[in-house]
Amino acid sequence: MLTIQEILETNRMIEQNNFDVRTITLGISLRDCCHPDIKIFCQNIYEKITRAGEHLVRTGEDIEAEYGIPIINKRISVTPIAIVAESCHADSYVPVAQALDAAAKTVGVNFIGGFSALVEKGYTKGDRILIQSIPEALAQTERVCSSINLASTKAGINMDCVREMGQIIKRTAELTSDRDALGCAKLVVFANVPEDNPFMAGAFHGVGEAEKVISVGVSGPGVVKRALEEVRGQDFSAVAETIKKTAFKITRVGQLVAQEASRRMGVPFGIIDLSLAPTPAVGDSVAHILEEMGLESCGAPGTTAALAILNDAVKKGGLMASSHVGGLSGAFIPVSEDAGMIAAVERGSLTLEKLEAMTCVCSVGLDMIAVAGDTSAATISGIIADEAAIGMINNKTTAVRIIPVPGKKVGDSVEFGGLLGYSPIIPVNTFKSDDFIARGGRIPAPIRSLTN
Amino acid sequence: MKAVITIVGQDRVGIVAMVSEILAVNSVNILNINQNILDGFFNMVMIVDMASSKVSLKDMQQILKGKGDELGLDIKAQHEDIFQIMHRI
Repeated sequence: MLTIQEILETNRMIEQNNFDVRTITLGISLRDCCHPDIKIFCQNIYEKITRAGEHLVRTGEDIEAEYGIPIINKRISVTPIAIVAESCHADSYVPVAQALDAAAKTVGVNFIGGFSALVEKGYTKGDRILIQSIPEALAQTERVCSSINLASTKAGINMDCVREMGQIIKRTAELTSDRDALGCAKLVVFANVPEDNPFMAGAFHGVGEAEKVISVGVSGPGVVKRALEEVRGQDFSAVAETIKKTAFKITRVGQLVAQEASRRMGVPFGIIDLSLAPTPAVGDSVAHILEEMGLESCGAPGTTAALAILNDAVKKGGLMASSHVGGLSGAFIPVSEDAGMIAAVERGSLTLEKLEAMTCVCSVGLDMIAVAGDTSAATISGIIADEAAIGMINNKTTAVRIIPVPGKKVGDSVEFGGLLGYSPIIPVNTFKSDDFIARGGRIPAPIRSLTN
Repeated sequence: MKAVITIVGQDRVGIVAMVSEILAVNSVNILNINQNILDGFFNMVMIVDMASSKVSLKDMQQILKGKGDELGLDIKAQHEDIFQIMHRI
């Protein structure tokens, strides 16, 4: 029989420590929607998504009510549009983004991911059209998210795309300048992208996935922080053990929610993404976990080590709790979405360079970084190249979600609202990378031995 | 199906009686009650069997929440599996 302490512990995690299931994401294959006429293609995808996703939001709400666990987002991911739209006779995929947006609104999900292309080794015709359509697509839609994979450990880095994405990010910022470049918050550039990630903005339904699949992203930085308060002053073995036990408990609930959603919708269970995803809310910060380990402020020497322990222990604990783990599992460090990161930037302890070092051991990369509007496309490409190189060499996922906010400079701040939070403008190294980025071509795939 | 009912709030006469009555009227069987007073606050956890219940868990949540709001108590009913899966392997 359950004890009163166990029951109260679970409810305290939910009520006081912001434990929640961050997302139930329904992945849908659009491979059977292709058509040479883009109008018919758009109609096909709208019909398929609205039919497949009809009960998603309702199912999520039912599970939330019955178990008393908040399920914050219900979302949809689809096959990368560059692949399925390629047979359309069209020179822009903006209408496809509009069809995705309309479908998302009809089924009531707040984001739909998959306006994506995988170009780590090179472009096809569809990839080029999709990438060129991104700025307008993100400006004209509300719920569509876009992602590009431009590097991998097996293929190297597509430096032509690195150059192009700097320009695309700048253009997206210009077209959404009336919303503080909000379009860029819905655009991620990846290296080694996972094809089963349920978290936005990088979610898409990989080509090796089933027809439909349910994946769940759990969260709970506040719960980990609270658990670590109990082991203050103890050594790192105690820290790692505490994180593992907490991650196990959190992930078990994610597994329950995923199984229930899968059963009720008649859709196979995919994976649990056992991520610590912060929000700007008090008590929901990854930075505060690092500070709880003994750092005065996130960014202080020791921060990378603290994040490495956290990321590794979360995976170890979570892996034991779920039958299938995938996605981006680990600890996210999105600056504007984390109250502790925001405060650390404001007090000058967290810089872009330190964040880059942290991305060597976090679960994703440079995330939700607001920079001055006059940051050049080549500089943004340089940042992307650095991040892609870290991912390629270290055989890990890395990403860049950077927002050059028009009209803003260092000293200003920007408010994105909701889960996207707010951020001070982060200073960027002002020395130029233009000639480096202008070269283009491909950085060859790295050697996998002599690892020193 | 088993459910866990938790009640938290200012202590007063008749809380257990009031909740028990609602459960009895709806044919919900109480399996276990654990109750204590901490700093004047009433804490109670009940595990109940809803196999013969006349109402769904969702409806029971509404009935209990309504009664709780009336009396200034926080009353929640949750499917037992969320606790089992977290604390039992």
